[in-house]
Amino acid sequence: MDLHITGGEPTEDERAAVDALLGPPESGWEGGARNIAQDGRTAAGGHSVTGERHLLLPAFHAVQDRVGSVSRGAMNYICRRLSVPPAEAWGVLTFYHLLATAPRPAAVAHVCDDIACRLHGAEQLCRDLEARLGPPLTGGSPAAAHDTHGGGARAGSSASASMGWQRSPCLGQCDAGSAALITRAGAMPERFVLAPAADASAIVEALAGATAPPASRTVGAIGTPRLLARAGKVNPASLDSYREYGGYRALARAIEIGAEGVIAEVTASKLLGRGGAAFPTGRKWDAVRRQPATPHYVVCNADESEPGTFKDRVLMEQDPFAVVEAMTICGLATGAAQGFIYIRGEYPLAEARIGSAIAEAREAGLLGADIMGSGQTFDVEIRRGGGAYICGEETALFNSIEGKRGEPRSKPPFPAEVGVFGKPTVANNVETLVNVLDIVLEGGEAWARTGTTASTGTRLFCLSGHIARPGLYEVPFGATLREMIELAGGVPGGRGVKAVLLGGAAGGFVGPEHLDLSLTFEGARAAGATLGSGVIMVYDETADLGDSLHRIAEFFRHESCGQCVPCRVGTQRQLELLPALSAPSAPSASSAPSASSAASAASVFGELSVAMKDASICGLGQTASGAIESALNLGLIERPVKGGE
Amino acid sequence: MNDAIWFRLPPAPSSVPHRPPTAEAPSVSATIDGRAVEAPAGATILDACRDAGIDVPTLCYLETLTPVNACRVCVVEVEGARVLAPACSRKLEPGMVIRTRSPRVDLSRKLVLELLASSVDLSTAPTLVPMMREYQADPGRFAKAVGSGLSSASSAAPSVSVASVLQPAKVDNDLYMRDYSKCVLCYKCVEACGTDAQHTFAIAAAGRGFDAHISTEFDVVLPESACVYCGNCIAVCPTGALMAKHEYDLRQAGEWKPEAQSVTDTTCPYCGVGCTLTVHVQDQRIVKVTSPLESEVTHGNLCVKGRFGFEYVNKTG
Amino acid sequence: MVFGMGGGTSSYQEIEETDCILLWGSNARETHPIFFHHLLKGLKRGARMFAIDPRRTSSAEWADVWAGLDVGTDIPLANAVGREIIAAGLVNHDFVTHATEGFDAYRASVEPWTLERAASVTGVPAAVIRQMAHEYATAKRAMLCWTLGITEHHHAVDNVLALINLALLTGHVGRWGSGINPLRGQNNVQGGGDMGALPDRLPGFQHVENDEVRQKFERVWGATIPPKRGWHLSGMFDAMERGELRAVYVIGENPIQSEADQHRAARLMGGLDFLIVQDLFITDTAELADVVFPAAAGAFESDGTVTSSERRVQRCRRTIDPPGEAREDLAIIFDLARALGHDWGQPDAEAVWNELRSLSPVHAGMSYARLDEHRGLRWPCYDESHPGEAFLHARLWERPIKGPRAPFHPVDHTEPADALSDEYPIRLTTGRRLAEYNTGVQTGAYASPTRRGETLDLSPEDAKHYGIDAGDLVRVVSRRGEVMAPAFIDPALRPGLAFMTFHFPEQVQTNQLTIDATDPRSGTAEFKATAIRIEKAPAAAATT
Repeated sequence: MDLHITGGEPTEDERAAVDALLGPPESGWEGGARNIAQDGRTAAGGHSVTGERHLLLPAFHAVQDRVGSVSRGAMNYICRRLSVPPAEAWGVLTFYHLLATAPRPAAVAHVCDDIACRLHGAEQLCRDLEARLGPPLTGGSPAAAHDTHGGGARAGSSASASMGWQRSPCLGQCDAGSAALITRAGAMPERFVLAPAADASAIVEALAGATAPPASRTVGAIGTPRLLARAGKVNPASLDSYREYGGYRALARAIEIGAEGVIAEVTASKLLGRGGAAFPTGRKWDAVRRQPATPHYVVCNADESEPGTFKDRVLMEQDPFAVVEAMTICGLATGAAQGFIYIRGEYPLAEARIGSAIAEAREAGLLGADIMGSGQTFDVEIRRGGGAYICGEETALFNSIEGKRGEPRSKPPFPAEVGVFGKPTVANNVETLVNVLDIVLEGGEAWARTGTTASTGTRLFCLSGHIARPGLYEVPFGATLREMIELAGGVPGGRGVKAVLLGGAAGGFVGPEHLDLSLTFEGARAAGATLGSGVIMVYDETADLGDSLHRIAEFFRHESCGQCVPCRVGTQRQLELLPALSAPSAPSASSAPSASSAASAASVFGELSVAMKDASICGLGQTASGAIESALNLGLIERPVKGGE
Repeated sequence: MNDAIWFRLPPAPSSVPHRPPTAEAPSVSATIDGRAVEAPAGATILDACRDAGIDVPTLCYLETLTPVNACRVCVVEVEGARVLAPACSRKLEPGMVIRTRSPRVDLSRKLVLELLASSVDLSTAPTLVPMMREYQADPGRFAKAVGSGLSSASSAAPSVSVASVLQPAKVDNDLYMRDYSKCVLCYKCVEACGTDAQHTFAIAAAGRGFDAHISTEFDVVLPESACVYCGNCIAVCPTGALMAKHEYDLRQAGEWKPEAQSVTDTTCPYCGVGCTLTVHVQDQRIVKVTSPLESEVTHGNLCVKGRFGFEYVNKTG
Repeated sequence: MVFGMGGGTSSYQEIEETDCILLWGSNARETHPIFFHHLLKGLKRGARMFAIDPRRTSSAEWADVWAGLDVGTDIPLANAVGREIIAAGLVNHDFVTHATEGFDAYRASVEPWTLERAASVTGVPAAVIRQMAHEYATAKRAMLCWTLGITEHHHAVDNVLALINLALLTGHVGRWGSGINPLRGQNNVQGGGDMGALPDRLPGFQHVENDEVRQKFERVWGATIPPKRGWHLSGMFDAMERGELRAVYVIGENPIQSEADQHRAARLMGGLDFLIVQDLFITDTAELADVVFPAAAGAFESDGTVTSSERRVQRCRRTIDPPGEAREDLAIIFDLARALGHDWGQPDAEAVWNELRSLSPVHAGMSYARLDEHRGLRWPCYDESHPGEAFLHARLWERPIKGPRAPFHPVDHTEPADALSDEYPIRLTTGRRLAEYNTGVQTGAYASPTRRGETLDLSPEDAKHYGIDAGDLVRVVSRRGEVMAPAFIDPALRPGLAFMTFHFPEQVQTNQLTIDATDPRSGTAEFKATAIRIEKAPAAAATT
């Protein structure tokens, strides 16, 4: 490819960071030293060099971890190494909000100001932080990015120059009530989550290097937990410990019954996907297994970013081997030799634990060639997300793995046919996969006796908001919302429930009249709700729903990939329309929206919402108006009177 | 040279050499707007509609580019499907029952047009005007609804009370300019600059959500970018966001008169590839050069010399 | 041409569907950008590509493998590829036996070109030559394309023959997706040949020394045609030198600036008894003329046809009126005829074309109406129901073969005429840039943002060796002349290799350096291989 690269060379640090990931360049043509005897006579190009684009995001992470942002020189070097045109690389770089394109302090706090944390004072925390550290960082605006910064310039002497902060969408720590992701760039980069992030001082101390003791979190269950059986008991860093708790028995059994056997059991279990779409897992695996095109891939979707959701994080942090084992079974069953686990960038602990589990499993012959003497090969690679909710959409996730912008693809073709790298791919959520262990061990039919006929097994629910014991709870399908709230200790202070956000920002609100809703796929559907990713966020009677709705609208505007018109402009218009949707209960100042404008806003919003659902490419646009719509329907936003005053 | 062979023309082969036939695609039967249609396997709903003479509006679609189905103006209703399907990219499947007009379809099209017209300057996108009329799009109603808008649907410029992409035009070289106020983000320019034609990759979509935009790396000016000024992006831009500087200057001066222009095809004077040039002449001066999409040689694409190298005949004296 | 008609064998679409591409001596990415679009489609579909070029050009950057040979060593490289194909048992024996002749002599001629010997002569690593041989020979379909890197040498015809031999060896000709294609440098190089602007040809590649052919033309033209072939361009200059050629009519050429060894060209043209120049502009050549006919621009101000590199005959149309007294070439020629006592009536491009169709069998089916309808047709097109041939030489695959066999032509290496020496240690090669064209007469009029004027392009290593920074003024000296040009540092070059264009003669007269060593058979001079030395200009010179 005839790359045209201008405007800057990498610093030594940047080059070292990239080379640490990619190895030293093979020739002068790739940005190494020019060896004219070889480079003057031949060069590889074409297909062999364009095949490495999938390392683009990892390369950006490497540079960002090392120096805190990605400069033009660093990007140029990455482009040369991977044969990616700079404009394309820029498109990818600016897609992920954890990546910065302008110099910034080495230590940065990404402070959650999303819906769950807002209920516990996130705004105040941000204000305090602003008072301490100044205004939030803006990431990298193209205007500021002209500066091709060199190394070293960012190390200031004052605290405000050596550290900075920015707001973040949900960090998946909703059970802690407040959270900040701390990143510190350098030769030994650090990334960790402070949760709870009690106050601004705690964050500033963490930025300055203080380590916080791990907070204890609530994990609970009704009945015998399956998915959480080992959580908090097993040593997540030890394969031996995992084996003591029954680990890798399922893989042995899977090898014994073979791929067909595994798929038969998974099909018999009637396991439905836990990521939100509730597709039958057995059918998905079977479809991939039958695809003649090769190779096949397994993708574990661990880009858990739905506001209010933290279940997959707990599984990965507490029981990482289970995830790896389940992926391995999936690989053997679907004829895939390569798996990817795409973990959101805000989950450094999960990434570290999964990473060490993979390494240990590989060491023990549980990954790699001839797994447990089966003659079959399977291995797993971790891909770190860059801060993009949309990458939880499976086809956007594939694009992200491939080194592209995380823009969803049109479906069909479905991933079973055309997935990552254009090949047949089974994409499963973490929770879905972990269920497979018990299914294989117990047999699908036996396993399916838990739960209801249509919703088999157990489900993880993430309880947060106005609740006494926020945490992760595992219950058989069929528990009611009321039971769940009670399991988590009920609403503090004996206050009443105003509403519950079910399924996350992409889900919807239900009112107190729905507390006896049976938490099954069919039950939720009947009530016009969705279980989504298992979010149960409780709002007590004093809660300001308007604030949450605004944050949700802002969230979707921020997270829309921008590809299709209904979502790109629709999420913007939704945010703009929101204030006009609530009519004042009594006539007030002229600046407030009038009842008639609220009526007109509601009608415009109604049509917008329909078009976004009908015409958006992917689930993000299709669900972006759901929460607001449900709030309108429940009268949580005061509904305007039809026909004016 | 071997004159023996040279001396007489060689005989013609017994049959005319041609492309070897590929296996014939099986045909797919479906119903569109109550009519039975047949199309070869692999055809899109749009292909089938066009074959059947059914009009489906498009904006981001172009025959020579890979469908990105981003604009969503071509959505149609497929019976049994939860959501509408983009006709431009969705393959026709056996037994599909499709409605290209229905209240659902019309509503989505209307909203798409309103969302665009309320955020983008469509003053040089004449194809959208009849479309807006047909779907009764009222882009001013967002501004009205948020309570402060007085803008009307007739105004081409979007209201200032809701967010738009209005921004100063980028004029950074002598051959063409970029006015992203007019960009509907159809990705056509990116595809033409990239994998669907030119493979120069000087521009790409950057940013995200409402802030997504087309950009060079680090937003550098074109002369600092990889741009080779083929202008194949201009050729596919449906809204005039990308425009030859020549045309832009004439428009700015009020001297752009499409009705007074003649359009004639000729063959490029430069290299031996033989690209068809469609020459637009106004007042005996060449004001624009394009190439027909249907040309087997160019597929609508040209190089910098073909598209801009005509000035020597405009030179007088 | 060894097959009887001078033209690329394949349609552009075929390179989209081939499996292996050898792009040899061609920077098509910049010189044939829209052809390169077709090539890119082939790459996207999975075709493998080898670029054979002394420079790692933007075209070569797209190749799976770039082979950076020394200038003028194409024959050793091609012969080594041929030898390796034979040695590895990859010859398409079926085709060779059936459709070719002279294989044994060819095999003997390439026998000395082992990989190692070729590597030492060409500079291309033996493994690369081997890989190229194997991939080309084993590809299901393969295309060989070249441009002036092959033909601007004093052994141009041998270069072409060496490549054709490879196609014959592997059967990569006469089939869809397999062919051999010269990419024409100007919009009607092919058409000029088609129309008989070759010393030994009448229109339609019909030989002027064939009595039958000549009589056919004489009947229609009502005139006697000299029965002997004429001169190539370089032959004409030699004839001027000998005093045999005293009057010249130049149409749309600027030989004073475009010919190699410019001093000589100017001297000879200046010494003619009579010179007519017909051009759009008062070129340097026109300045020397006794009479200048102001001409209309072919592509925009006249009607007619041109033929492309895929043999497609296409219409040119008048889009605007020519300025001032300028007139279409046809009108000028008709008037000249009238002044010479022949009234050809009113000039009418279509009538002229129809006469041509009546005389040239390969153009017979191409009525203006059909050319309009199909946006041009490829020759041969024998009658009005004929679609034109997508690719040539399908007859070679017929059983039994139809017509004569295709002959191998053993060729051997000769060094470039302008030898490197201690005094002239650097090899200067020339070529085009994307936004420019020839001597810049046409392209100079538009404002290309990428235009940087003439430069002497040097490798970073040479620049360092001579203490030259980008932009420094450099004195470039060859055995024939010297010029001053600013330096440009280009990593596409290796030490000992320099590059210039001839787009900016007003600024730098590159052709004062080049050598007019010419292949007598093609008439093309060795623009690609000049021996130079370079010196950093003293600061005083830089300011003048």
